[in-house]
Amino acid sequence: MIKLTHVSHVFAGRQGEVHALDDITLEVRRNELVTLVGRSGCGKSTMLRMVAGLLRPSSGTVTVAGEPVGKPRQDVSFMFQRAALLPWRTVLDNVLLPVEILRLDRAAKRRRAHELLELVGLAGFEKRLPHELSGGMQQRASLCRSLIQDPLVLLMDEPFSALDALTREELSIELQRIRMEREMTIVFVTHSIEEAVLLADRVAVLSPRPGRLRKIIDVDIPRPRTLGRNAYADRVAEVSAELHELLMPAPMAPEGAG
Amino acid sequence: MTAVPRTRRIGSRATRRLVDWGLPVIALVVLVALWWLATIVFSIEQFLVPAPDDVIEAFIGQSGFLLEQTWVTLLETVQGFAVAVVVGISTAMSIAGSRLLEKMIYPLLLAVNAVPKIAIAPILVVWLGFGPFPKIVMVFLLCFFPIVISTATGLKSTPAELTELVRSYDASRLQVFVKVRFPYALPQVMVGLKTAISLAVIGAVIAEFVGADAGLGFVIVQSGASADTPLAFAAMALLGVISIVLFYGLNALEKVILPWAEENR
Repeated sequence: MIKLTHVSHVFAGRQGEVHALDDITLEVRRNELVTLVGRSGCGKSTMLRMVAGLLRPSSGTVTVAGEPVGKPRQDVSFMFQRAALLPWRTVLDNVLLPVEILRLDRAAKRRRAHELLELVGLAGFEKRLPHELSGGMQQRASLCRSLIQDPLVLLMDEPFSALDALTREELSIELQRIRMEREMTIVFVTHSIEEAVLLADRVAVLSPRPGRLRKIIDVDIPRPRTLGRNAYADRVAEVSAELHELLMPAPMAPEGAG
Repeated sequence: MTAVPRTRRIGSRATRRLVDWGLPVIALVVLVALWWLATIVFSIEQFLVPAPDDVIEAFIGQSGFLLEQTWVTLLETVQGFAVAVVVGISTAMSIAGSRLLEKMIYPLLLAVNAVPKIAIAPILVVWLGFGPFPKIVMVFLLCFFPIVISTATGLKSTPAELTELVRSYDASRLQVFVKVRFPYALPQVMVGLKTAISLAVIGAVIAEFVGADAGLGFVIVQSGASADTPLAFAAMALLGVISIVLFYGLNALEKVILPWAEENR
């Protein structure tokens, strides 16, 4: 579904060029959920923006559904770290914003918007303004907005990282439920190991400066997954430990050795 | 899951209203009483500082004439302001829309704004005569800059995340402007409008001082010449009323059309 081939990206920084991504090759299969994990500055968000068509790679190619990505596509939607709701629009009108811009069928999408809001537990809040909602509810509304165009691909850039731990887990579980209702290819950027294990079919680990693909780990734990009491605790712990080792720097060699 | 409550202030609506309106009224009453007392205690001449009752008498005695003059000034103020809103907002749009225009026009605007507009008033009379037209131009000149500057600032302050959001839908420039940038700038536009409306009345009065045959500014100049100070005071009070009504009118309009603004800034 998504294919990155030898993708590199170089920013013009203040002190010369910054290599944000270096020779990334990655394929995301249809209906697969891949999480990108890595420390800050490893180019996770840059990768996502390239798939979204918001940024062009310096070299290499990015394709979605077999077509090279030139500009943002209607069947790819992007969810940001912040809810980015328009403060003057009600929740419902915020969810319908893409419908207006993309000129989709309003009546049908209105019904769909109500369904989606119901699905994430926002039924009854359609007429509220964003500032009347809590952070978690705002992010739920934002999730509905990114689903309204029935995308084939959903790109999520640390969407739950600004929320408290419990709300965050709640939303992760809701995302799994939405995936069961409707199949979608999802690329999910996070720096949380827990979130990566909870959601992913595969976890792609990136190393920073320059951003390189370090390892891809299959997470073959049955769904639905939760972080609480869990029949597959051993397997979850094992994957988490592996990710932890990959992300944390190796302990320094003792002084005087060698 | 709970929603944030709509109002966070304490006290019932009625109590709050009483406090909001009652306290300034008390202050006003005290001030007028002090003024009255001063004119009696120091036995100040009427043509220097008239007592409140002299002013009221002057107002009642010539109310028809005064209201006519009020209407003249109000009309000049509102017309000049309206022109400034239209021209100011369009200018701000072109500045915010094109970096080239911004670099060209902005320094020029600031330079022109630095000229004291009052200095132009006599020349306006020479150019445009004694009718309402030079007054409207003066009001326009005073209102134009605050509107342009705050609107341009508002249009340039769209948060990056909102811009990126609409970009991810491949929205056209027009769509971005209509759906995001302009509505986002509105609270800032309102700031400019409120600054401008206070200046607007000043502009009208200045222009009337310099050369006019009608309007409250004209009344003040005339009554000054004939030492009819109570009439001048009545005219000043009416100018105050115009300013307050216009300002709070805008305030009320803001509350109605931008209910979200207060919570987000």
